[in-house]
Amino acid sequence: MKYMLLIYSDPTREPAYGTPEFQAMMGGYFAFNEKLKADDVAFDGEALKGIDTATSLRINGGKVETMDGPFAETREHLGGYYILDLPDLDTALRYAAMIPSAAYGTIEVRPLMNYNPAG
Amino acid sequence: MVRSKCGRLWNINLTPERCLEQLVREDRGRLMAALVSRLRDMQRAEDALQEAMASALVHWGRNGLPASPKAWLLQVAWRKALDRIRRGGTEQRGLADLLIRADEVQDAGEDIPDHRLRLIFTCCHPALEAKSRVALTLRTVCGLTTGQIAQVFLDAEPTMGQRLSRAKAKIAGAGIAYQVPGPEAWGERLHSVLTVVYLIFTAGYTAGPVDGRNLCEEAIFLVRLVNGLRPDEAEIEGALALLLITHSRRAARVDELGITVPLARQNRRRWDLRMLSEGRGWLDKAIARRASGPFQIKAAIASLASVESGPTDWPQIAGLYQGLLRWEPTPVVRLNLAVAMAEAGDLDRALDLLHLIGPDMQDYQPFHAAVADLLARSGQGQAAREAYDRAIAMATHSGDARFLIERRAALPD
Repeated sequence: MKYMLLIYSDPTREPAYGTPEFQAMMGGYFAFNEKLKADDVAFDGEALKGIDTATSLRINGGKVETMDGPFAETREHLGGYYILDLPDLDTALRYAAMIPSAAYGTIEVRPLMNYNPAG
Repeated sequence: MVRSKCGRLWNINLTPERCLEQLVREDRGRLMAALVSRLRDMQRAEDALQEAMASALVHWGRNGLPASPKAWLLQVAWRKALDRIRRGGTEQRGLADLLIRADEVQDAGEDIPDHRLRLIFTCCHPALEAKSRVALTLRTVCGLTTGQIAQVFLDAEPTMGQRLSRAKAKIAGAGIAYQVPGPEAWGERLHSVLTVVYLIFTAGYTAGPVDGRNLCEEAIFLVRLVNGLRPDEAEIEGALALLLITHSRRAARVDELGITVPLARQNRRRWDLRMLSEGRGWLDKAIARRASGPFQIKAAIASLASVESGPTDWPQIAGLYQGLLRWEPTPVVRLNLAVAMAEAGDLDRALDLLHLIGPDMQDYQPFHAAVADLLARSGQGQAAREAYDRAIAMATHSGDARFLIERRAALPD
């Protein structure tokens, strides 16, 4: 089953760019990617730029409305994701716990919809 | 609780209805576990077992009981499940897998492997809501009906039905594996299982018997089952000890008028001494393994609190609560620590501690009862009366309320 690990983090809690803590966090991501390769887990993932670069859009009464920033006023924002192909939820949760941002926010683990049950 | 094995003798004098009823009561968990292990889907397993039971009533009534009713039910449930999948038609690949596995399990005969440990760990998975874990365990492992579980939680039956369906759908949809966790997750997952068992046990005290099913006994059955399937685990033995020691006092917990009797004033002759000593035996075994844990500490506290004669060792109980804080740094444990400290003679420090946790505990009835008692002992009558009023207003058990009303009335003017 494929799982998406959505990385939500609170920018005020994350270490600031350039600090040794930031270096440690990035090192943690590097180590996580190496671990996935070593374990032969098929994976994909990206990090997102900050929410100050986000533009949100909705169609309201047939009219496109755009807005600067994310719609939801939450403290934790989507900052990146991984997609991992794994046998079960326990395995997915074990990997999710290795994502460095778990210490500064929340990792949401969601199975991907499978449109082709036979495939 | 006696759970006799359905032996070969039973077809002599049991009607099909009685036989099925007994089988379902005693072996539903085992049959469910066997079906889920092959079908990998709890809802499908439950539907298939339901169909097989309906079919059993017809066939057994017409042709008499089969040689092994349990194996018969499993075979028929299995075939019903395959039929359903074939009719569904969309899951060709899944069907192929199932058929392959079906070949492997053919002629399993009467010897049904016991997969209930996997079933329990799945039902108690931390990815499910706590209440759903309790409900699902009662439904699938203990075989309570949805209606009975709804009664325990004071929920409407359809609401409970929806909760159970959601939990089963989450297990299937999120890919919660049907397996006993490996060593890396064992401790944490076992704790989740034992917590569910303990919640079932405490629900038994508040809900009382439901349709002849006593949840305290179901919880003891569950922890005995887990202990039998995974022996030599200190925390499992600790949980078994805790339940047995607590349950041994069941007959003395309320008096003839239904009023709750505190431990110190309980009639020792009404304690079940055999159960108490069995519980202490398990506790000794657990402690000898030198792998401490919260359930063992709670069992040790329960054991010390259940002195048959002479004074209670409150300083040691306070020390154990202090130790428990390392595992569970919660206000509830601090509340119990405060009560033990007061009993040990340190009333001032106990009141300080209650004051400290007060803000977190306003909605917790036992907190107000403890505050009332400690204030009364320290001679603060008016403050004690106010605390009793809060505790009485919040009591969920009428016996508790009546006990508190008596205590309030006994305060000096």
